[in-house]
Amino acid sequence: MIQGALAVYYREMLLMRRRSLRLLAGMAVSPLLYFVTFGQAVGHSAQLDGVSYAAFLLPGLVAMSSMMQAYSMASEINIARFYFRIFDEFMASPVGPAAYVLGEVLAGVTRGLVASAVIVAIGMAFGIGFQAGALFWLGAGLNAFFFASLAVAMAMIVRTHQDQAILTNFIITPMAFLGGTFFPVEKLPGWAAAVIGLLPLTHASRAIRLASQERPVPDGEWGLLVVAGFLCFMLAIYLTRRVQD
Amino acid sequence: MIAASDLRKSYKDHLALKGVSFSVAPGELYAYLGPNGAGKTTTIRIMTGLTRPDSGLALVAGRDLLRDPKAKACVGMVAQTINLDMELSVAENCDIHGRLFGLSRQRRREKTAEWLARVGLTDRAASPVKTLSGGLRRRVMIARALLHEPAALFLDEPTVGLDADIRRQIWALIKDLQSSGVAIFLTTHYIEEAEALADRVAFLKDGLITATDTPKNLIDVIGAWAAVDLTGKSPAAFFKDRESAMAHAACQAGGVTVRRTSLEDAYLQAMGGGALETAACVGDKPNGSAEKTAGGAT
Repeated sequence: MIQGALAVYYREMLLMRRRSLRLLAGMAVSPLLYFVTFGQAVGHSAQLDGVSYAAFLLPGLVAMSSMMQAYSMASEINIARFYFRIFDEFMASPVGPAAYVLGEVLAGVTRGLVASAVIVAIGMAFGIGFQAGALFWLGAGLNAFFFASLAVAMAMIVRTHQDQAILTNFIITPMAFLGGTFFPVEKLPGWAAAVIGLLPLTHASRAIRLASQERPVPDGEWGLLVVAGFLCFMLAIYLTRRVQD
Repeated sequence: MIAASDLRKSYKDHLALKGVSFSVAPGELYAYLGPNGAGKTTTIRIMTGLTRPDSGLALVAGRDLLRDPKAKACVGMVAQTINLDMELSVAENCDIHGRLFGLSRQRRREKTAEWLARVGLTDRAASPVKTLSGGLRRRVMIARALLHEPAALFLDEPTVGLDADIRRQIWALIKDLQSSGVAIFLTTHYIEEAEALADRVAFLKDGLITATDTPKNLIDVIGAWAAVDLTGKSPAAFFKDRESAMAHAACQAGGVTVRRTSLEDAYLQAMGGGALETAACVGDKPNGSAEKTAGGAT
């Protein structure tokens, strides 16, 4: 299984390397704009959770960007499946659905972590004070794991590129704005905070933010990310197997 | 060796395969012909492990594709559409395939070099696939499919969209593969391709195989000679010998030519798309067996 997963991962990494400049530029543009418009404009005058708004924003952007990049695997898989038909090449090989999903999810995690690194670099360039230790990266990685697994699962459900765009608009975009990226969820009315608390991104943002401030991250946050990621991963395997039927 | 037994597959209310059985021996090329929607691609998808049948048995090299996932290592497939990574090079595409089939690094290098040489693409190994012509891309797909030395090769319309010259080159390559002992299963819409390449041909209609035999025998069933109305107003008539066909042509009003019957004629008869002309001259009856094959078409 590992050999098959590495073959799938290797292909994604080759493609990523081939498109590295475009990808890195794409990963940098949106966070850069958010930093300039929100972080810098508001950051000097406002404080949240005892830190500048820019320092508050950075971990949220890491969570959002790692989510976006990991979830972009759904589009990559759909292009490979519906346009280039490369998905058939995988399915006609001895690589089983579990190995295929693992390879694609690892690629999604890699993209998520690279995107996180880009934001950390931007943050350092702007002189924002934060800590990017092991727990910070663990948060970004688990977040990417969840959304890459979700991406593979969704890619197996949709039947066209248009379906994929609709799913992104209804799931990912709202999550990006509501999942604690730009504001502390705790400031919202109770019912709204409870609803937003159901979003995995909310917990990833909180975990990464606490880690960036060297504050303890509740075990529940890690547990939720691990369990949600594992469930999505298993769902992705099930749906990939179902595609063959 | 490829063997299929009573394959059945339905999609919602549509029965795509209604019990298909066939076998292909090592070194044999088996052409699988049928109109669009007959079930050709469904058969290939089942035999390459891409689709599960509702019932039936699919064996390659004696291994059950439906119960033994590793049996896919015995299968090579050239899909109808170009399913290569366009941004990657020819060698990279082959390398990924080798990894998927568990070949060691050394083996991948050797086999990539060997097969690219056999398809005449050694000097294009580093070229991105997007820079290659359609014919060269097909060759890459064939090389890639054979990299892991499968016992069976499935070719789904391997020359579709290629010009005549390139098609002939691909044919030569397929002939070469046959001699190396690979069992080859070919679907094509070019009937002359099947006639030129196949040891045996199957006609598939509405999810059922209606005839299987050598191209010569399938032709002989309807008659080796055809009298064809060049105006296209009358259907062709088939005869066992040239003399009967000539005699038939002589008593027609004109514009009738006599030629050897092709596999395409036999195919059209089997699909019900052709018809026999009623003999116009006394003692000049079209081939009786052909009448039988025509199945009452008028």
